[in-house]
Amino acid sequence: MSEVALKTRAARTRAPVWLRAAVPWALAVLIILALPQLMTTSFGRTLLIEMGIAIVFAVAYNMLLGETGMLSFGHAIYFGLGGYAAVHVLRFIAAGLLLPVALLPLVGGLGGLVFGLLFGYLSTRRAGTAFAMITLGLMELVVALALIFDHLFGGEEGISGNRTSGPELFGITFGSQLHVYYLVAVWMLVSLALMRAFTRTPVGRLCNAVRDNPERVQFLGYDPSRIRLIAFAGSSFFAGVAGGLFAVNYELMAINSLGAERSALVLLMAYIGGIGSFLGPILGAVLVTFLQVALSDYTQAWLLYLGLFFVLVTLFAPNGLIGLVLMHGPIARAGLLHRLAAAYALALVPALLLAAGLIALVEINYRLAIRPELGPAMKLFGVAFDAKSATAWIVSFLLVGAGLLGLRAVAPRVAARWGETLEVARA
Amino acid sequence: MELVVFSLLNGVLYGLLLFMLSSGLTLIFSMMGVLNFAHASLFMLGAYLAYQIGRYTGFWPGLVLAPLIVGLLGAAIERWGLRTVHRFGHVAELLFTFGLALLIEEVVQLIWGRAPVPYTVPSSLDFAAFTLFGTTYPAYKVFMVLISIGMFGLLGLVLTKTRIGLIIQAALTHPDMVAALGHNVPRVFMLVFGVGSALAGLAGVIGGFALVTSPTMARTLGPIVFVVIVVGGLGSLTGAFVASLLIGIVQTFAVAIDFSLIDLLARFGVTVTRADTFYDLWRIKLAQLAPVLPYFMLVLMLIMRPRGLMGTRET
Repeated sequence: MSEVALKTRAARTRAPVWLRAAVPWALAVLIILALPQLMTTSFGRTLLIEMGIAIVFAVAYNMLLGETGMLSFGHAIYFGLGGYAAVHVLRFIAAGLLLPVALLPLVGGLGGLVFGLLFGYLSTRRAGTAFAMITLGLMELVVALALIFDHLFGGEEGISGNRTSGPELFGITFGSQLHVYYLVAVWMLVSLALMRAFTRTPVGRLCNAVRDNPERVQFLGYDPSRIRLIAFAGSSFFAGVAGGLFAVNYELMAINSLGAERSALVLLMAYIGGIGSFLGPILGAVLVTFLQVALSDYTQAWLLYLGLFFVLVTLFAPNGLIGLVLMHGPIARAGLLHRLAAAYALALVPALLLAAGLIALVEINYRLAIRPELGPAMKLFGVAFDAKSATAWIVSFLLVGAGLLGLRAVAPRVAARWGETLEVARA
Repeated sequence: MELVVFSLLNGVLYGLLLFMLSSGLTLIFSMMGVLNFAHASLFMLGAYLAYQIGRYTGFWPGLVLAPLIVGLLGAAIERWGLRTVHRFGHVAELLFTFGLALLIEEVVQLIWGRAPVPYTVPSSLDFAAFTLFGTTYPAYKVFMVLISIGMFGLLGLVLTKTRIGLIIQAALTHPDMVAALGHNVPRVFMLVFGVGSALAGLAGVIGGFALVTSPTMARTLGPIVFVVIVVGGLGSLTGAFVASLLIGIVQTFAVAIDFSLIDLLARFGVTVTRADTFYDLWRIKLAQLAPVLPYFMLVLMLIMRPRGLMGTRET
């Protein structure tokens, strides 16, 4: 068959472009509608709501980091200030302002946008490392000022409102958690669609150009710092929307929602998921939120594990988890994934040994340093032992050592197998 | 007068401490283009190690050992961490050190607990050095000044007078040429990173007892150090020095001045009550604003001179 014939056949079997673009969104809507029916517990739905908010925030953050190449260490101030704007308006609503509570995320977004333009004007004159340091300084400034103005920010206790106090629209009172879930779902889908659309506009493309080669953009007659400011403002707007959703969900904003921890968390979400693709931050937000909720029940050290995981991702998977998945695309299309199974299974053994050893070391230390009142007797992986005994330490270190040596021995083999399979898949 | 002299002394001291941190950071940045986010964490590690070593051997061995260990750790970070991440670009490097900072903070909590440790002034330094205006000045502060000035003198001599110092200076601007002349540039990078980390560790040893040695010290001091190097101009040692002293002195003076707008208005016979709309704004004391002042200076600098005091690079 000639090349032309192949191409026409491919074109005939493929659906039109708009349909192919619509399929993932339709799937997403279906999943979002089905999820609360599958997870009926209050805990499960709280988790879903938190994931939705985190997704909006992480994708908004990626407008900066992934699309425009600007690393911000203090993006939670737009999330938090947007949330504060929303919670203050919520209090006005309770006092008689006629505004549907469902529009609060928009208020949050506008709050984020105003501060995004203000601080963005200062910070986007620089790029790269200087920009990152400036965002850090601005965050410290905002947090310190917020602590001083406690009339507006409520100090450590925060400012609270009541989401059921608004005018009733179509029977939606936000008294039930399900109402909040659907509010978050709708705003999340709208925000995602808008942010996705933004990446396809000429400005969105220019953002990518500013990330990749700012000098060339300047030669073309555009001002890189103006484009950075546009990306910054857009990202702050959607961070504010996420903050508004947060305010509706918790009916409370406190200083910690605009500080270093939330800023770090959104950075971790976006990067662990993968900043190179639109799906990456979504995956990261879901995963990190889940870990945050699931792990913090079992261990005090979840931040340590998350930090360790993040460092590993920066070292070995700069495109994030989604990058690892996409790497397998050509092999999966050739139907050769099973050829990798044996190599991966082999690598899994030392990886598990290493993980078990590290977890044991961390948990033993946490028990002794942070929770000494619980005594040295503890249980891990179903094994009961004494945290102060030498055996526990020796076994943990042996596990770590065996895992490291094993990984070193196995890694070249896995890499070789991967290369072979990719060759076959491409051929 | 007494207030001015003592604030000036303390301000210079704090500024020198800031410079001990920002000099290492600037040196690493101008050489490798990497801003080490974990620099303040290494400072914290220095304080904790000095405390731990001091419990077994007394203060003096810790003064030498703790920076050495931190320096070795820094070299290891460069060798097995940064060198791997380097090919992914500067953002990935910054993110890697950011992750390290998170990790070090958690590990410090893991080993020494969440509460501050009692790292106090060693008894051999716990006496009055001199008396001014009837108030004594503690000897450990004089010691801190001596250590930091001595360190800078030594560093300056090594950088300008020795062979390795000249190679380092050359590698700052022309790494390819230095490599072509047969020098092992990656090893020079590792050395610089290790020495920069050791400086942070040394600052931690002498800063640990002046400040509070707790797991949050990296998080509180880190942003200020970054402000220093941005205000001074990224990559400029002189700029970092000026900015360190400036921020140190301004902040120390602000802490010492207990004055608010209410007091100012009262001078003019205006009284402000709690019911006033802007009461929050009027009642702020200058001392309360002290922690914010470095960040105000950052914003001011960005408006007036975005590249910093002595910065040359427009990034």
